[in-house]
Parts: sequence; C-alpha cells; structure tokens
Amino acid sequence: MVPIEYYLGLSAVLFTLGALGVLIRRNAIIIFMSIELMLNSANLLFVAFARLYESMSGQIFVFFVMAVAAAEVAVGLALIVAIFRTKQSIDVDEINMLKG
Amino acid sequence: MLLSEAISSGPEFFSLVPLVVFIPVVGLLINMLIGDRLYIWVGDRMAEKLIGIIASTAAGLAFLVAVLLGISLINHPQGDVIVLLDWISAGSFKVNWAFQVDTLSVTMMLTVAGVGTLIHIYSIGYMHEDVQHNGDPKRYKRFFIFMNLFIASMMVLVSADNYLMLFVGWEGVGLCSYLLIGFWYEKGKEGIGNSIAAKKAFITNRIGDFGMLLAIFIMFIAFGSVNFTDVFEQAPAVAAATPAILIAITILMLIGVTGKSAQIPLFVWLPDAMAGPTPVSALIHAATMVTAGVYLVTRSYVLYDLVPEAQAIVALVGAVTALFAATIATAQFDIKKILAYSTISQLGFMVAAVGMGAYAAGMYHLVAHAFFKALLFLGAGSVILGVEYGHHHAEHDERLKRELKKRREDKDFDPQDIRNMGGIRKTMKTTFWVYLIGALALAGIPPLVGFVSKDEILAEADNFNKTIFGIPFTDVVYILLTIAAFLTAFYIGRQLLYVFFGKSRTLAAEYSKENPLIVTIPLMILAFLSLMGGGLNLPRIHSFTHWLEHTLHHLHIGEFDIQVALISTALALIALTLAYFIYYRRYNAQRDLPTAERPDDPMRPILGPIFKVFENKYWVDEIYWTIFINPYVSLSKFLADVIDWRFWHDWFHDVLIVRGYNRFTTWLSTMFDLKVIDGFANWLAITTERFAAWLRRTETGYVRNYALSVFLGLVIILVYLLLR
Repeated sequence: MVPIEYYLGLSAVLFTLGALGVLIRRNAIIIFMSIELMLNSANLLFVAFARLYESMSGQIFVFFVMAVAAAEVAVGLALIVAIFRTKQSIDVDEINMLKG
Repeated sequence: MLLSEAISSGPEFFSLVPLVVFIPVVGLLINMLIGDRLYIWVGDRMAEKLIGIIASTAAGLAFLVAVLLGISLINHPQGDVIVLLDWISAGSFKVNWAFQVDTLSVTMMLTVAGVGTLIHIYSIGYMHEDVQHNGDPKRYKRFFIFMNLFIASMMVLVSADNYLMLFVGWEGVGLCSYLLIGFWYEKGKEGIGNSIAAKKAFITNRIGDFGMLLAIFIMFIAFGSVNFTDVFEQAPAVAAATPAILIAITILMLIGVTGKSAQIPLFVWLPDAMAGPTPVSALIHAATMVTAGVYLVTRSYVLYDLVPEAQAIVALVGAVTALFAATIATAQFDIKKILAYSTISQLGFMVAAVGMGAYAAGMYHLVAHAFFKALLFLGAGSVILGVEYGHHHAEHDERLKRELKKRREDKDFDPQDIRNMGGIRKTMKTTFWVYLIGALALAGIPPLVGFVSKDEILAEADNFNKTIFGIPFTDVVYILLTIAAFLTAFYIGRQLLYVFFGKSRTLAAEYSKENPLIVTIPLMILAFLSLMGGGLNLPRIHSFTHWLEHTLHHLHIGEFDIQVALISTALALIALTLAYFIYYRRYNAQRDLPTAERPDDPMRPILGPIFKVFENKYWVDEIYWTIFINPYVSLSKFLADVIDWRFWHDWFHDVLIVRGYNRFTTWLSTMFDLKVIDGFANWLAITTERFAAWLRRTETGYVRNYALSVFLGLVIILVYLLLR
C-alpha cells in the first residue's frame, strides 16, 4: 500500500502548480484548468484519507466537489464565451474594469 | 317722648355704607353702557336729560345713604367699621377694604354727596349750553361719567378705615380732577392750554402724593399696619420712643396736603384748574376734593396732636397761604381765577385751623366753604353762560354786530373777564341775589355761615396759646388770618361790584340773560344753606363740634369771643365799604376819562408796582419755571440727548455693542470659522482623498493580483491557525 505521505506530497505539488497557474497565467481557460487542478489535488487528498481511515464520507465529498466543479465549469465557460464575444480576447489582464 | 324713644332705639343702617361708593359706580356704568344708545333711542335733547338724571340720581341716592348713616349715628354715635373684603394679606400685614362710619366720615359724605348732587343737577343745564358752545354735544355723557366717578372716588377717600384705601380714593379724585380739567382737552391756549393745565394739576398732585406715599410707607414700617385704629393706638408709644418717626410721618403727610389742598408751595395747579367746566371747578376744585387734605389732617389728629412742631408748621403754612392767596385774588380779572385764589385762601384758613388743633372749627369751615364756594362758582358759571348768551345774541343781530365791531368786541371776547361785565344785577336777578348771599358769606358778614365758621377759627387762633421754637405761632396765625379775612371781604366786594353793579361795559353784559330753573334752583338751595348753615354750630351750642366729638376725642370747644367777632365783622364791613368806594365811586368817576388814561382797575395807579406783583401772582409760576421746571427740563434733555442718546445709544449701543459685535463676528467668521472649522473639514477631506489615491493603487484590476491577495490571506490565516 502506498504510504499517505506520497499522496500528501503529490497533492501539494498539484495544488502549488494549480495556484501558480491561476496567479501567473493570463489565458482564462488555462486559469480554469489550474483551478480544476487545485480542486483535484484536494479530491486526491480526500480520497487518500478516506482510504486511510476507511471512511466513506471523504469519497462522497469528492463526488460533491466534482459535481460543483462541473457546474462551475459550465457557468465559467459560458462567461468566458460572453467575454470573448465583447472583447475578442480571453486575456484576463484586459478584463480590468474593476480597477479603482 | 315718643319721638325721643324712636330716636334712641332708632334703626342702624351702618351696613349700607358700601352703597355710597357703589351707587355712583352703578350710575356711571349705566351711562357708559347705554349713554350712546340713548341718543338713538330717544333723541338728543331727551338723551342728555336722561344721562343727567341717571347721574344725578346716583349722586342723590348716595346722599340719601349718607343721610341714613347720619340718622343711625344719632343713636349709635360710636360708629362702626364695615369690612367688605380682604384686600391685601401678606404675612402679618393685613389691609381690609373696610368702611369707617363715624361722625367725621359721615360729615364728609354728606357734604360731598349733598353739594355733589346739587352740582350734578346744575350741570344738566350748564353742560347742555357748554357742549353746544364748544361744539361737541356727544361729550355730554363723558362729563357725567367722570362726575360720578369723582363722587365714588371721594367716597372711598372719606370712608376708608385705613390709609391705603384712603390713598386709593386720594388718587382716584386726582385722576378725576385731571380728566375733568382736561375735559375740553383740545381747547385753550394754542389748542393745548387745557391739556397743559390738566397735566400741571396732575404732576403737582403727584409731588404731594409722593409725600403721602412715603408717610404711608413709614407708617407701615413703624406700626406694621396702616389701619387708623392700629396706628392711633400705637402712636403715643412710638412718639415717646422715637419722636422722629411721627415728625416724618406728619410732615410728609403735610406735603400730600399741600398738593391736594393747594397750599404753599404746591398751590399753583388750582388756578389753572379753572380750565375745566365751571361745575367741575365748583365741585372738585372748591367744595370737595381740595378739602381732602383738611380731612386727612383731621382724621390723623392723634398723630398731629403728638407732634406740636408739625402742628405749628401746618398752621403756619395754612395761614401764610390764606394771606398770600388773598392778596393775589385782589388783582385778578378772571371771574373764576378770583374764586380759585379765594379757594386757596379759604383752604388756608382750614389748614391753619386743623394745624392749631381746632379740628372742629376747620371741619366746620370746610362744610361752610363747600356751601358758599360751590354757590359762588356755580353763580359765576351762571354769569358766564349769561354773558356768553349776550355775546352770541349781539353777534347775530345786524345792528348790534356793527356796534360790536366799532367797540372791537367781536374778536377774542373773554366771557370770564370781569372787565367785560358790569350791571348784570339787572339782567340776571336770581343769579345776583344768590351770588350776593355767597359773597357775603365768604366775606364773613353775620349771621351767614361764613361768619360763624371763620369766626370760630379766628377765635381759636386767638385763644390758643401754643408756642413752638419760642414763637407764639397761634398769635402769628391769628394776625395773618385776620388780614386775610379783611382782604377776603375786599376782593369779593371788588368782584361783586365789577360784575353786578355799575353800567354794562360790553354789549355781551348788556344783553346777558338769566338761566333756566335747572341752573338756578341748585343755586337757591346752596344760597339757603349758606344763609342758614350758621345754625349748625351756633356759638355756645356747638352742635357740630359735639357731633364730631364722638370721633375726635378731647376736642377743644371754641369759645365765642365777642372781641374777635367784632373785630372781624368790623374789618369785613370796612373792606366792603372800601371796595365800594374804590370800585363803585372812583370807578364811575373815572368812566368819563378817555380810554387811554382810564385804568382798568382803580387800584392799579394807587398800588403801583404792588398791584403788578399781585396781578402776576408774585410770579410764582415763573419762579417755579426758572428754579425747578427749566433746570429739570434741561436735565431731562441732557439725560435724553447726551446720556441716553449719545452715550447709551450712539456710543454704548452703536459703537460698543453693535460695532464690537460686528468685529467679533467678522473675526469669528474669518479667523475661526474659515480657518479653524473649515480648515479642519478641508484637511480631513484632503487627507482622505490622498489616502484614497494611495490606496487606489492596490486596485490594479488584474485578476491575478486579487487572486494573489486572496491566496496570501489564506496562507496567513493558515499559518496563524497552525502556529497558534
């Protein structure tokens, strides 16, 4: 059986990659994918700990996260499409109307 | 037997006494409320009659009540005090609105209401002519309202049982006097002469009232009460302990007396008061109101008896006034002015009498004087009406009008100037006879009332041997009064001869006409009283003195002194004869002289400058103007112009307050408001703005920046939670 530390390490690496992707990349779709990466790193941990403690609640939680992520993707992609239609771009640096 | 029994167990009407005040008040209220409507309801002439009848009835009923009180006093001479209501109650100080019924107050009530009623009746006729003559018939009502108000006030004065209530009446009659002197307030010299006379009377009286008030204040402090009974009870003890208090009270009261009773030095208002209609002069300024001072001294006899010094001053003031005014009266030409000075002189007799302690003699002369002086004034009014009628008649007759022009009598005709009269004896017979009786009573010819009363005063002055400060003042008083009595006979003889005898000097006098009965009947009644009034206090019987003795204890009963009586009668007769020779014989002898050389008064060339002094009333008015009034006016002007206007208004108010305030507010607005308040607000705004501008730089609009901050925040929270 794979020790839990490996899962933790992998999950941390994945999460860091996702966070960096969100912070650094400018393409909205990449950012989206990075967000998914972070969600999945969390899911991985849920599943790993569920296995470790032989509890089903972690696994069930993962299903919820997936469902929410799917819904989020649907809304997010629709937003990106709408933005693209007005701006002809999905570069988030150009979407700066909240600037003070 | 039956009669005496009926009298001794007779009824007691003391509780009726408030009616003597209330009936005249009701009378004036009726006239006030329906007087104007009467003119609409029953027509002008009838309305005047009704108004007059209402007022006269009110006065008459008051007289009736006084008579009932008098009858009750015969059986119960000790009198009573009728308390009507609590007036002032402050701590231990208590003043009731209470009426004193005793022989003294009822004597005054009878005189006031009796003479008052006759004058009311006379006024019905007189005022009809007067309002027509002065061109405002609607003022008829006002006259009777004032007259009733006067009767009511006078009744308050004489019936009070304390000094404060007396003072209310005292002020009330002063007010009525003012209102009635200024009855034709838009008439007189330059259209304000009458108003000035009214003002003069009021202000002069106020000076006296000031003394009176101070006396009452001291009384309150010294005795803790202003009630007659309380004050008189405590007076001997206070006099023994601190005599200065009683001296102050009596002297201050004397100032009040000199104001109200027209004595030196405050007599100047009375001659000017003749600006009022003649019935007013008769009622207020001769018969009743001016006697208030004499009544006051008599009422306060307990106080005066304790202070011989004050008595001496009172007596001397009265005697000097008597002589002083008598000399002025010999050189006046206005028929009412002569009587006014005569009134001052006679009041001097009364004041001298009460000052000597001869209260009964003073009071008796007061009553007698009310009879004959009211008669003389009303007679003078009748003469004036007759002469005015004559002048009016001459003006409206074509032939006489030309004669008027030729004699230059058409303009500025003065119906009161005795030089414009003469020979009225023939045209106004009734008036002549009653006037003659009044004049002889004034002159002191026996057996008229004036002789009996004046002789009693002279006898008292001769008998009393009081010496104050080493001066036998009663002797001085006797001499002064005897000379005054001589002059009295002289000036009234002069007036009689000027007015009624000789030939008419003007057309107005020639065509004068006797007045209707409503005017002459009161004159006849007064003449009867002047003729028979001597019977009230016959020598050796002294019914009047005994009557007053019930109230004024230890009264001195004036002994009839045949020597004094003979001297005074002889002097009066000599004076009248002298007047006859000067003003009848000599005057007629000079009639043929050309106008330029003929003196208007035969005494003028004889007396020379002295006549001028008398004629100009010793220039007392002018002296008062120079010494008191002009400096006072200058002082007021100084106070008004310099102190009030320039200092308080221009400097203190305009400069100091307004300009100072303006400067202060300017400083506040520029320095404080703009710099401090606004400065703080602006600084706050600018600082916020700068801070916001600096803060705005964090809002880049880049999603990743926001994401980074969220991330960093999360990390910080986690670190905190982990390291906790």
